[in-house]
Amino acid sequence: MVAMDYEPDAAGQESYILCADCGTVISSANGAGLCVGCLRNTVDITEGIPKEATLNFCRGCERFLSPPQTWVTAQPESRELLAICLKKIARPLMKVRLIDASFIWTEPHSRRIKIKVTIQKEVLANTVLQQTFELLLVVHTGQCPQCTRLAAKNTWKASVQVRQKVTHKRTFLWLEQLILKHNAHKDTININEKRDGLDFFYAERNNAIKMVEFLAGVVPVRTKASEQLISSDTHSNTSNYKFTYSVEIVPVCKDDLVCLPKNQAKAWGNISPLTICSRVGNTVHLLDPMTLQQTDVTAPVYWRQPFDSLATVTDLVEFIVLDVEPSGPVRGKYVLADAQVTRSSSSANNMDDDGMGDDGIYHTRTHLGAILQPGDTVLGYHLTNANFNNDAFESFNQDRIPDVILVKKTYPNRRKKSKPRNWKLRSIAKEAEDVNENTTTVGRGALGRKGGVDQRNVERDYELFLRDLEEDKEMRAAINLYKAEQQEQNVNDEDGDVGMGDSGKKSGSGMKGGKRRTGAAAGAGAGGMEVDDEMDDGEGTEADDEEEDDFPEIDINELLEHFEELDMDAEGGEEVQ
Amino acid sequence: MAVRTQFENSTDIGVFSKLTNAYCLTALASSTNFYSVFESELADVIPIVHTTIGGTRIVGRLTAGNRHGLLVPSTTTDQELQHLRNSLPPSVAIQRIEERLSALGNVIACNDYVALVHPDIDRETEEIIADTLKVEVFRQTVASNVLVGSYCALSNQGGLVHPKTSRSELDELSSLLQVPLVAGTVNRGSEVIGAGLVVNDWCAFTGLDTTATEISVIEATFRLQGQTSAAVINEMRDSLIDHYA
Repeated sequence: MVAMDYEPDAAGQESYILCADCGTVISSANGAGLCVGCLRNTVDITEGIPKEATLNFCRGCERFLSPPQTWVTAQPESRELLAICLKKIARPLMKVRLIDASFIWTEPHSRRIKIKVTIQKEVLANTVLQQTFELLLVVHTGQCPQCTRLAAKNTWKASVQVRQKVTHKRTFLWLEQLILKHNAHKDTININEKRDGLDFFYAERNNAIKMVEFLAGVVPVRTKASEQLISSDTHSNTSNYKFTYSVEIVPVCKDDLVCLPKNQAKAWGNISPLTICSRVGNTVHLLDPMTLQQTDVTAPVYWRQPFDSLATVTDLVEFIVLDVEPSGPVRGKYVLADAQVTRSSSSANNMDDDGMGDDGIYHTRTHLGAILQPGDTVLGYHLTNANFNNDAFESFNQDRIPDVILVKKTYPNRRKKSKPRNWKLRSIAKEAEDVNENTTTVGRGALGRKGGVDQRNVERDYELFLRDLEEDKEMRAAINLYKAEQQEQNVNDEDGDVGMGDSGKKSGSGMKGGKRRTGAAAGAGAGGMEVDDEMDDGEGTEADDEEEDDFPEIDINELLEHFEELDMDAEGGEEVQ
Repeated sequence: MAVRTQFENSTDIGVFSKLTNAYCLTALASSTNFYSVFESELADVIPIVHTTIGGTRIVGRLTAGNRHGLLVPSTTTDQELQHLRNSLPPSVAIQRIEERLSALGNVIACNDYVALVHPDIDRETEEIIADTLKVEVFRQTVASNVLVGSYCALSNQGGLVHPKTSRSELDELSSLLQVPLVAGTVNRGSEVIGAGLVVNDWCAFTGLDTTATEISVIEATFRLQGQTSAAVINEMRDSLIDHYA
């Protein structure tokens, strides 16, 4: 007997019925009992989806409104525009599946945008229909809020006026780097340089408050808020104000000589009134170089009884260390030492009161015992031939005033090599205050664009600021340094800049100063720094081949890559003057 | 001859009526429109009975019957039973069934000779069906649906079954019933044939949504208007050939 296998035949499993509407034979797998054509005629899956909508377009900035609030730049027939258009029917589209969407070309002047949309939806059980329909969008032109404000010449709502009443710009250069590091200028719509400071403008009041709080966090400041009524609506009880925040930075800077009033010095741990400012964070750090005693002055304390600096960085003169001998006390990086120094620029014209030339030898105590070696050059205040007009200083016991207060070590010979830096700094995009001066704008970032003497000062301050950065690791840690890109020396010649960077490192940053081959590295043509006139005059006579072993090199690892990518377009032009 | 009608805005007329070769049951409605449609077609030939079953109007789903008898569920009241006994011809046997599956119209599909029943129905019930309706009883499914009464409509001339019934299943069923069967729809694509269509040997009533195509399939299948099954088969073959061409 032959066993018969049961094989369900495929044809037997199918079944065909007539479409209920048109009578064509269809497979009954379709649960509707209708052929596709009839089903499509019966059910409209685009029901509930609007076929017409409006787009808002700003004529001023040529942007489209992307609901609910943002205005987006979108080219005709771009993905962005398609996204905005589909957003208009987003809610009804939730109920169906979007398969495809594309633009149908329309004449731009017709202010009509047509989109072909293909959707799928399940109708009845297990039956998915696909349908294509056209969406017509009418472009309504208008003005976005920004353009409205621009048209009304009412661009800013809040401003922050930052002022520091000192003769140099170093604080602002430092502040600029801090702002860049913390991206605090993100919402700033404009930056203007004013006498003694900068103005920051904001579209929203809270942005300005944020900036003020940022400033209060990084520098000792005094803030005053004020507001100006622009308009008010008594019916809706709303009013429109402009807010101004005046931020004054403490005028005492790093390395300044400060003579405290007697009672204040007593109150602050009985510190000696004659101090130098060792650091300015969000408090002012005062250091007595004779005893290494330190005190912190917070902003509120400072403004209760403000004091001025006795002498500033510009009053520093160079000394040569003849001998240095640590005398014991050590406090952090400071080591107290007895030092013998003499003026490095000995000119007979420069007689002091005693008729001595500048070649007199001075004995002093210094906090720089850790870094000074005999033969080093150091900057200090020469108090014997200084003449201060300061009450606190007058009342100070004249016998206790040292001849010289040393402040910081300097590296004139290294500087004379004009070695270009292997790093550079970013800058906030410059904003010219006066449009007429736009073509000849100079200066650094937001500073020093007034030209003339001011620009020269800014260039000098900038160089001093860069040196400060090189010499102070703590300062560097707070900001972003970028690798300068490798470039040909010749290119650098043209820029006549302060040698800030474009030429890159050329003689191997890994080597320490002493091992450097001076001949080749000198690169006489490389962007000279002719900025620091007073200082350079004195230094010219020094032997050029002298080396300074402990010249501060910035480790290449500290530097950040991709300077250009982060940068704004305007920067390129600024670097090459 | 197929007639479209509706019961109080519902096209599921099979729920509210039961049609056999010997009698017709219709539900009590607020108006007599529904009844009148049946009356205009059948008044001279067979009795049309207004009734409720167990107080409900869904008489078509609760009862099963043919020329020989009528089966009613256990919920039927004595009064209703008496009313039916008085209204139906004496040749029609009426039997009340104690069955768990009390919607007899859903679980039994029958013509005057054969009945298809739900596979889970009682053996006792099966015997009563066979005795009362004088039919051969087969436990079957239609397109894997157990509610055979809902998904097919049968007469002595032919039968319309669920659209998803495969060809092999159609062959099997028609060999049991000894009538030609066609898979189709009523009420514009509805697959619940029993609810949308009541039919006897010379006349059919369908829901108001039934399309002309569906009517033509119904008329051809049940041979109402002198059409032969050959004509239906020819028509289908032609369109099938078209379809595969």
